[in-house]
Amino acid sequence: MANPKKESWNSRLGVILAVAGSAVGLGNFLRFPGQAAEYGGGAFMLAYFLSFLLIGLPICWAEWTMGRHGGQGGFNSSPGIFNYITRKPAFKYIGVIGVLVPVIIYMYYVYIEAWCLGYAVNFIVGDMHFANVSESSDFWGGFIGIGENGSALGFGLKQVGVYLILVFILNFVLIYRGLSKGIELFCKFAMPTLAIIAIIILVRVLTLGTPDLEQPHRTVSNGLGFMWNPTKNIVETQDPAGEWVTEYEIVDQDKLAVAKDAAALSETMRVRHVTVPEQLLNPQLWLAAAGQIFFSLSVGFGVIITYSSYLTKQDDIVLSGLAAASANEFFEVGLGGLITLPAAVTFLGVAGVAGMGTFGLGFNVLPMVFANMAFGGLFGFLFFFLLFLAAVTSSLSMLQPGIAFLEEALKINRKQSVVLLSLITAVGCGFVVYFSEGVKALDTMDFWIGTFLIFVLSTVQIIIFGWVMGVDKGFELAHQGASVRIPKVFKFVMKYVSPVFLLLIFAMWTASNVFGLDFQTGDAAYSDYVKDLFIEPNTVAWLTITLIGGVTALFAFITFLNPDYKKLTPKD
Amino acid sequence: MTNSGWIIMILSVGAVSALLTWCVYKVLTIPQESEHIHGFEQETPDTK
Repeated sequence: MANPKKESWNSRLGVILAVAGSAVGLGNFLRFPGQAAEYGGGAFMLAYFLSFLLIGLPICWAEWTMGRHGGQGGFNSSPGIFNYITRKPAFKYIGVIGVLVPVIIYMYYVYIEAWCLGYAVNFIVGDMHFANVSESSDFWGGFIGIGENGSALGFGLKQVGVYLILVFILNFVLIYRGLSKGIELFCKFAMPTLAIIAIIILVRVLTLGTPDLEQPHRTVSNGLGFMWNPTKNIVETQDPAGEWVTEYEIVDQDKLAVAKDAAALSETMRVRHVTVPEQLLNPQLWLAAAGQIFFSLSVGFGVIITYSSYLTKQDDIVLSGLAAASANEFFEVGLGGLITLPAAVTFLGVAGVAGMGTFGLGFNVLPMVFANMAFGGLFGFLFFFLLFLAAVTSSLSMLQPGIAFLEEALKINRKQSVVLLSLITAVGCGFVVYFSEGVKALDTMDFWIGTFLIFVLSTVQIIIFGWVMGVDKGFELAHQGASVRIPKVFKFVMKYVSPVFLLLIFAMWTASNVFGLDFQTGDAAYSDYVKDLFIEPNTVAWLTITLIGGVTALFAFITFLNPDYKKLTPKD
Repeated sequence: MTNSGWIIMILSVGAVSALLTWCVYKVLTIPQESEHIHGFEQETPDTK
C-alpha cells in the first residue's frame, strides 16, 4: 500500500467543475467548429454524438471508476493505479503514459495559453488593428516567433515571453495550493466566468447581422449554415485530365442559384450536392468526429483517473462523470458551435474561412474579425480571455498527475514535487519556445504525445476496465455511492463496442496520419511527422523525440524504484 | 441556413443543454450531494 490519502476535494460540485474545466479548452471553441463545418454539420453531429455514447462516455466512466478504486488503495497516479488494479507489474510501466502525456502536453499547452493571454492584453490596450487576415497572420507569426528559432524569447508587449512567464507561475502557484484550495477554488470561479463571457460573446455574434452591405452574403445566417447545414453544395471544375476538382463550397442561396446557372452553361463546371449518406460513407468524417469527442473530453490524458483517485467510496462518480462530460458538450456544441464560425463568416465569407485549422481560425482569422467589429477591442479581449481561462483550467489538470506521481513515487511533499515538476516542465517549455520556427517542436510533441499516445492510453484503459478488471466488477465499483445508475446496455458497450470502435478508429488514424492514406482516393504517402524522423530527418523533430524519451526514461526509472509498486499482492 | 440546418442546430444545442440541465438539477437536488465531500482542513503533503 502507498501512503494513506492526504488530499481531497472539498465538494462534489468542485470536482465536477475541475474535471469539466480540464476538458473545456481551446478545442471546444476553435477545433470543433472547424471540424463540424468541414464534414457537414448534420452528418458530423450524428457521428459525433454516436462517438460520445460509444467511446467518450464509456471511457470517462471507466477512468472515474479505476481512478477512485486506485485511490482506495492509496494511489493517485496512473502507474500506481494500474499496478493496484491489475496486480501485473508490467502495467505500472504502461501507467507511466498516464503521467507522461499530461506533463509533455503541458510543456506546449502553456505556450499556447500565453498566446491567449497576450492577445487578450493587446486587445484591451488597443494594439490590435488588422485590415486583413494577412496582417493578423503576420502579427501572430511575430508574436510566437514562427519565422526563426529563438525569436519568441522577447519580453515586449507584443512578444510571448512575458506572458509565458506569468502563466507558468500562475499554474504552479495554483497547483502548489493543492486540490481544493488551488484547482477546485480556481475552477469554481473560472468555469461560471467562462460561461458568462461565452454567452456575452454569443449574443454579440448573433446580432452582427450583415456588417458589410457590399457583401450581402456575409451574414450570421450563412455562418450558421456553413456550420450546421447537413448537406453541402460544392462547386467543382474539370481539369485537363477530365478529373473533377473541388473549388469551393457555397452556402448562400442566391450565390448557389447564380452558380447553378453558370454551371448549366458550362461543360467544365458543376455544382455537386453532397448528401448526408454520402458524407457518412466518408471514413474521414468518422475519424474526425470520434477524434474530436476523444480529445475534447480529455479521456486518455491521465487526468480524470488522478482527479477521481481523491474521492472516497461514498462519493458518486456516475453522475459526476456524466455532469462533467455534459458541461464540456454544452461549451463545445452549445457555445463554441454558435460563436466561432458565424463570427468569422460574417466578416470573411465562407471562402475566407473554409479549411482554416485550429490556429489559423483562432489566431489569424478571429483577431482580424474582432479588430473590425464595433467594440472589437472589448470583445476581442473577452474572447481571448475566455480562451485563456479555458486553457488555465486545462493546464492545471495536466500538472496534477505529475505532482501526484512524484509525491507518491519519491515520497516527497507537495513543495518538493512542485519544484521538481516545475524544473522538468520549464526545460520542456523552454525547448518548445526556443524551437519556435514553424512551431516544429510543438507540432511534433502534439502529434506523438498529444494524439498518438492518448489513443494508446485510452485503449489500454478501456481494455483494463472491460477485460482485466472485468466489466461486472467495474460496474459494481462504479455504482458504489452512485446517485444514478449506468444503463445496463453500457456493460456490453464497454466490454465489446468501445474497445473495437476505439481500435478501429486508432487503426484508421494511424493509416491516415502516419502512413498518409487518403480513404477516398486510396493514395498513400508518409506523413510529415514520419518524414521528419526517418525519411528526411529533421534536427528539431529528433531533439523533441529525445526530450520525450528522456522524460519517459526518468518517469520509468522512478516507477522502477518505488517499492510500493512492487509489494502488492492480490490480497492488497 | 437551410431548414434542415436549423433543425440540426436546434436538436444538437437542445440535446446538450437538456443533458447539462438535468445533470445540474440532479447534482444540486440529491440530498447530501453538495459541499459535503471533505473539508479544506484536510492535511496536505506540505505538512509532512
